[in-house]
Amino acid sequence: MTDLDLLYTEVEDDLRSTVRELLADRCDPAAVTAMYDDDRSVVDRLWKAMAADLGLAGLLVPEDRGGAGASAREAAVVLEELGRFAAPVPFLTSAVMATTALLDTDGPLLGEVASGERTAALAVPLATSPRSDLPSVPVTDGRLVGTITSVAGALEADVLLVPGRDERGVNLYAVPTADVTVTPVVSLDMTRQLADLTFEVAVGEPVLTEAEPTIRNALDTAAALLPSEQVGIAQWCLATTVGYLKERKQFGRVVGGYQALKHRLADLAITVDSATAAARYAAATLAAGDDDVLVATGVAQSYCGDAAVAAAEETIQLHGGIGMTWEHPAHLYLKRAKADQIALGTSGEHRARIADLVDLPAPH
Amino acid sequence: MTPEELSGRVRDFLAAHDPATTDRLELLRARFDAGLAWVYYPEGHGGLGLPRSMQAVVDQLLAAAGAPDIDPSKNGIGLGMAAPTILAFGTEEQKQRFLRPLWTGEEVWCQLFSEPGAGSDLAALATRAVRDGDEWVVNGQKVWTSSAHLARFAILVARTDPDVPKHRGITYFLCDMTDPGVDVRPLRQITGEAEFNEVFLTDVRIPDSQRLGEVGQGWAVATATLNNERVAIGGAAAPRESGMVGVVAQTWRDHPDRQTPELHERLVRLWVEAEVARLTGQRLRQKLAQGQPGPEGAAMKVSFARLAQQLSGLELEILGEDGLRFESDQGWTMARPDHVDFTGRDAGYRYLRAKGNSIEGGTSEILRNIVAERVLGLPAEHRVDKDVPWKDLAK
Repeated sequence: MTDLDLLYTEVEDDLRSTVRELLADRCDPAAVTAMYDDDRSVVDRLWKAMAADLGLAGLLVPEDRGGAGASAREAAVVLEELGRFAAPVPFLTSAVMATTALLDTDGPLLGEVASGERTAALAVPLATSPRSDLPSVPVTDGRLVGTITSVAGALEADVLLVPGRDERGVNLYAVPTADVTVTPVVSLDMTRQLADLTFEVAVGEPVLTEAEPTIRNALDTAAALLPSEQVGIAQWCLATTVGYLKERKQFGRVVGGYQALKHRLADLAITVDSATAAARYAAATLAAGDDDVLVATGVAQSYCGDAAVAAAEETIQLHGGIGMTWEHPAHLYLKRAKADQIALGTSGEHRARIADLVDLPAPH
Repeated sequence: MTPEELSGRVRDFLAAHDPATTDRLELLRARFDAGLAWVYYPEGHGGLGLPRSMQAVVDQLLAAAGAPDIDPSKNGIGLGMAAPTILAFGTEEQKQRFLRPLWTGEEVWCQLFSEPGAGSDLAALATRAVRDGDEWVVNGQKVWTSSAHLARFAILVARTDPDVPKHRGITYFLCDMTDPGVDVRPLRQITGEAEFNEVFLTDVRIPDSQRLGEVGQGWAVATATLNNERVAIGGAAAPRESGMVGVVAQTWRDHPDRQTPELHERLVRLWVEAEVARLTGQRLRQKLAQGQPGPEGAAMKVSFARLAQQLSGLELEILGEDGLRFESDQGWTMARPDHVDFTGRDAGYRYLRAKGNSIEGGTSEILRNIVAERVLGLPAEHRVDKDVPWKDLAK
């Protein structure tokens, strides 16, 4: 619990500008909205530009293993920008979650994912919290047979990291997506569309045995960084709503001048600022290998998830009728925020986890 | 100066002033003169012109050596508000005269700002200061004055020009509380005690040398004071579980028989919010590492007040039957505390005292206006009195 830097370094600010410039250019809200009408064309070109051209797929991978050797702080900054644009790229699922798991493996897959040549996903339901029971697929006679539902990033992946369970425990298998039945799910949040995975496939050697700690660490890492995406969502919501209320006039005056609305926006600004500090601290502890990372993650997960939802809900309400339309992008953020709040464990699950960590266990 | 060099300086100081054999006050004065009081203040005024973050180096080494503390809770107004304002706006003579005894605690300070008719609208204040040669003659009534009965000096705002709009006719003074015209009367509050006072000022004479800033510039000076106050109240550096959340968490741990899932849910929720507020304060301090606080402190104070109130209310419910009993300390007996401790005494006191947190130092409603207008840039509240001379305002 040292006094970690909760602001942004110059390098982080530069990275943010680069990512923001790309997203402003190639992540048009109309193209993102089109994903809800089954046009996913925005995804591939955007992800290719981010993963390979900007090298963001390998951000968390050490240089000697083919990556950029950056830290969780930089990954957090990327996620803030992805949240700000409700960007539909598999950064969290491939470059954070699957990559963190692959760091514990040997072999070429890590380097291929880091270079953006391949995209991976960890085959667990998006709602899995780091300490819940881990779903896995039984392996019998060298065959994975079973189903895992509601997996994020599988639609964009060409390789899946599948927890397979045999008599010795849980192993991690790398399975080409082409060998799996991937059924897209009509998702609450189509900017991170889910898929159900059905396995009936022969597998060779696992990429990792006794993989449960690795999988949980991957979930913990994603849980420490998802709050930064939620901060990006919340900051967009606040800025957009403040901007609109400075323009919108009713009863002959700007509605942002009404004290009832000013106070709501002030409260929202306080919440968003607080969420920023919580998310920054989670990323900083993760980057520093600080002992406090689990508490920091739980605090950020339980606070920022709710904060982003509150921001998106206020955005809809304070925009009035226009906020309720398909045309206005507010709904992209509401859906993303609500799905993010459930992703990797609800705020309640994370509070329960913190309670144990800080000596406030639930009563029996 | 590196932290190592600073540590060396502290060790040299300790070698020359052994805490075991040196008188407390003598040691504190020497510490001030060595620039080790508040290292972020300029040299010659108790500091070394270092970043605020370096203060911890000094505090830890001195505490480890058994050196006495200044007991900051006894002079919160002085340390948190008067000192930074004197530093920013004072003349060299004023800094030399006031900062050292303020820091050592020899001279306690209070704040003569609010009036019966000027609360949130502080700039409407009616206390008059009229120039008489090298002196000012002050008449009026101030209220909600913590520590007035203990204070040697006060920071005071008074109206020096009633013919201009309210913000422009105010001047800031340093008032001697031992002047015969100063009458301090206890103001009993909902806790039963009288932490505050009413202060009646009758022909109080203040030398012009104790004016802080220019005549008519008092509002700008006072704004700097208030920004410091909000940072002092809402943004103090603190480890996890300090303040109200730590007290209530301990009460929870001490009462396993009172634990229910519903209380647990509320406690953990508030614990998380308090931890986030702590991190937000840490982040704000990193932003403000240099320079004067701006409106950002307002947001911190809103969070602090809400959490203190919700946590202290929850604590009474955790205590159940014991929460009904207000007898563990001094009961409702009228007392005159010599310092304010929001988390001190018993749970009933804490609950009641916390009600003041969203009123003192700017109500949470005014602070939300400040966040909305000065941080978010939303339109200002309609002000009918802005350009009207103070003497023509409806009173």
